[in-house]
Amino acid sequence: MTPLSGYLLVAALLFAIGLAGALTRRNAILVLIGIELMLNAANLNLIAFWRYGPHPEALTGMMFAIFSIAVAAAEAAVGLGLVIQIHRHAQTTDLDAINRMKG
Amino acid sequence: MAGPLWLIPTVPIVASGVIALLKQPRRKLASNLAIGSMVFSLLLSLVAFAHVLSGWMHGALVRETSNFTWIHVGTTPLDLGWVLDPLSAVMLVMVTFVGLLIFIYSTGYMAHDENYTRFFCFLSLFAGAMLGVVIANSILLLFMCWELVGLTSYLLIGFWYLKPSAAAAAKKAFLTTRVGDVFFLLGIVWLFGQTGTLLFYHGGAGSMETHALTALLLERSAFGLSAATAIGLLIFAGAAGKSGQFPLHVWLPDAMEGPTPVSALIHAATMVAAGVYLIARVYPLMQAGMPAGGTTTALSVVTWVGAFTALFAALIAVAQNDIKRILAYSTVSQLGYMMAGLGVGGVAVGMFHLITHAFFKALLFMGAGSVIHGCHEEQDVRRMGGLRSRMPLTFGTYAVGMMALSGVPILFSGFWSKDGILEAAQHFRLSKGPFYMLVFGALLTAFYMTRQVSYVFFGSYRGHAHPHESPKSMTLPLAILAFFAVALGAIGTPAWPWFRGFLNSTPVAFGLSGFDEPGLLALMGTSTVVVFIGLGLGWWLYGNKSPHADQPDVLEAAAPPIWNALRDRLYIDEFYGATVIAFYWWWAKVADWLDRDIWGGAVAGVSWLFKLGARLNRFLDANVVDGTFDKGCEEISVGGGLLSRMQSGRVQTYLRLLALAVVLLAVILIWSSRA
Amino acid sequence: MSFVLYILAALTVAGGLAAVLLKNTVHCALALTVAFAGLALLFLELDAQFAGFAQILIYIGAVAILVVFAILLTRGSETPKGSAYSHSPLVGLVIAACVFAVLGWAVLHSTAQLPPGTTSATPTVTVADIGNALMTRYVLPLEIVALLLTAALIGAVIVAMHEKEGSR
Repeated sequence: MTPLSGYLLVAALLFAIGLAGALTRRNAILVLIGIELMLNAANLNLIAFWRYGPHPEALTGMMFAIFSIAVAAAEAAVGLGLVIQIHRHAQTTDLDAINRMKG
Repeated sequence: MAGPLWLIPTVPIVASGVIALLKQPRRKLASNLAIGSMVFSLLLSLVAFAHVLSGWMHGALVRETSNFTWIHVGTTPLDLGWVLDPLSAVMLVMVTFVGLLIFIYSTGYMAHDENYTRFFCFLSLFAGAMLGVVIANSILLLFMCWELVGLTSYLLIGFWYLKPSAAAAAKKAFLTTRVGDVFFLLGIVWLFGQTGTLLFYHGGAGSMETHALTALLLERSAFGLSAATAIGLLIFAGAAGKSGQFPLHVWLPDAMEGPTPVSALIHAATMVAAGVYLIARVYPLMQAGMPAGGTTTALSVVTWVGAFTALFAALIAVAQNDIKRILAYSTVSQLGYMMAGLGVGGVAVGMFHLITHAFFKALLFMGAGSVIHGCHEEQDVRRMGGLRSRMPLTFGTYAVGMMALSGVPILFSGFWSKDGILEAAQHFRLSKGPFYMLVFGALLTAFYMTRQVSYVFFGSYRGHAHPHESPKSMTLPLAILAFFAVALGAIGTPAWPWFRGFLNSTPVAFGLSGFDEPGLLALMGTSTVVVFIGLGLGWWLYGNKSPHADQPDVLEAAAPPIWNALRDRLYIDEFYGATVIAFYWWWAKVADWLDRDIWGGAVAGVSWLFKLGARLNRFLDANVVDGTFDKGCEEISVGGGLLSRMQSGRVQTYLRLLALAVVLLAVILIWSSRA
Repeated sequence: MSFVLYILAALTVAGGLAAVLLKNTVHCALALTVAFAGLALLFLELDAQFAGFAQILIYIGAVAILVVFAILLTRGSETPKGSAYSHSPLVGLVIAACVFAVLGWAVLHSTAQLPPGTTSATPTVTVADIGNALMTRYVLPLEIVALLLTAALIGAVIVAMHEKEGSR
């Protein structure tokens, strides 16, 4: 097992944990937490590939990861704002209770 | 000259058409139109007659024709045309003259009838059609007018159609003459087929001309008869129907249901004479192949039928009590005389009796009409009597007519015409049978006419009305006819056989040498004796006696079975009823059963099938098609419901599905890239 | 693999697990912070110093705080009544396990493709290099991200704004 694959496995595990949280927790904020974890796992992947791939001087992986962080921050802001607004309307953040799109 | 001849029948027909369009109250106009048209036709006929007469006086046979092709059937032309010769000329004058007198008489007789206008419409139509028969040179035109005459006879017999007996009599007349007409038509078709022409005279190519006749004689048909004989017999069958020969005479006595002018015109003077005229017209055909001094098969059949009818009808006339019925049977009998005359003596002999009979029979019928009118529609002779003093004019003219009919010698035309027939019958080679029949018939004629006159005019009045003389419009024609009943004798005496000469286109001279014929004077004596026996017997039995209506007749008391048989018309009608009519009733029932049950059943069956099909269709449509569609929609709806239930509305469900899909996608991609 | 890496990895994974499993939401947010910190250290270990510090600054400094704010504003600080997990959590777990399986299998089976010179030299990356790259090669993504951040800023404000009474 190369160091790279070790990092990748860690990233995969983190990703799976984040996905599990997003899929199973009741609270909307915890879903967002799970999403943040997933994004971070992806960032780890990027940096790992940058470090152990060819041409690290091109800085591709690093740039990608930085942009990803920026975008994730923006997305977290907007997403949490949405959750707050939903809470104002439905008086709850329970995702099982918010099923107005039910067919 | 034959060109304008077509006007003679056309003008009365046009008048009839105009009258048909008039309103019922326009009575005077209707009768004036009818009488006017008849005057016109009479004048034109006289002009035509004069033309033929002048031709005859110059010793020429005038026979002018005017023919044209009517239509083409394929390549075969159907020709129509008219002919002007001595035969048609005398007939034209007689028909128009007697017709005119009867028209004038009708204005008086039908004055109180509400259907006056309709009467004159039909009368005019009849006159036109009869004149068409007379002038026809094409056998097709003759047949067409023949049928029209039959139609108008039906219309006029059934003129008082609300009376059931009148309607039935009209039907009987039409159907009985139809039987004859079928044979006539067969004869026409055969003649046309054989000779190739419809025209009688056509410059040598006509069917009555030598070329065609020789061809017909040579042609053999069934029973060893030549085509000429066979066609002649077929045509005679048609004539027998129209002229009331036995066995098709049954309609004539019943035709007395019509008004008296109708009886006078149609069933005495003209229509029934049409049959005789027809035989005279096709005489060359009947006569074809006649051996010298002998006769042809066709003519001998005509003779025997005519003679038998003469005797048969005279017997029945003896036992009748209705004034018109006696005259009707008398007409049948005299028609028999005419046919026999044609058979034994030729065209002139038969036609002379036809002309004289037209006058005195019309006179007798009109006199009877006058009597009926005067006795307020009473027709039974047993309820009349003593009218001699109350209706002198009628009596006088009636007596003249009666004596002419009986054949009282010298003065009256009937004597000369009947004697002509008797003389020819005496010389009939085949048999003396017709002669004896005709002589006995003459005796009976005198007898029953005397009986009738005694009942009506002599003795005391046994009725309930107040008889009065008829108006001038009725008695004037009577007087005119009486004059001719006497005067016409003059043209047929052996001293001056003008009529015979005119018809045969031979010159005639006045001279008593005519009486030098061997056996002629003896015959005249015999017939005189026979007539006076009949008159005497009648007077002796019925004379001035006035038997009451419920008393039996003298002869009836003497021999009831014979009397009853004669009074019941020798059961001919009953015979027909049992055989022919019964057969037709059965056949009508069969046809009705066929129509109602078989064809009707078939139609009903088809409609049932269609209904079944319709029901099946509806069932299919409602249950199968609609059901399938509804089921399908239901399934879709259920499926939709199912699918919509899958939308939980919960974000995490969607997320899970997303993740699953991504996993699957990844697996597929990896698998494909590895492979 | 050095001992340090194992510790760091374990820390990060533990933080993540805690973030997902704990009942109290605030505890989850704090555990998330631990996970973020672990990840920053892993970045540092991977010689991506800038990325690591950026991670600390932004994620721990901003995102985690934001999450805590949100939790507090939505009264998530109380222990939730009823279950913390949504309906049928097993299904989610299974799916996540499938995802990990696929990823893990992909990683393990493709390491053979990697070039043998895995122990490559440590790259020397200075901040000046990063700045340069941002201004020259990655200027377009930079601007777009700037635009995105602006939009997110405005959007977040509008989304979370109190609605005026009676309007709309």
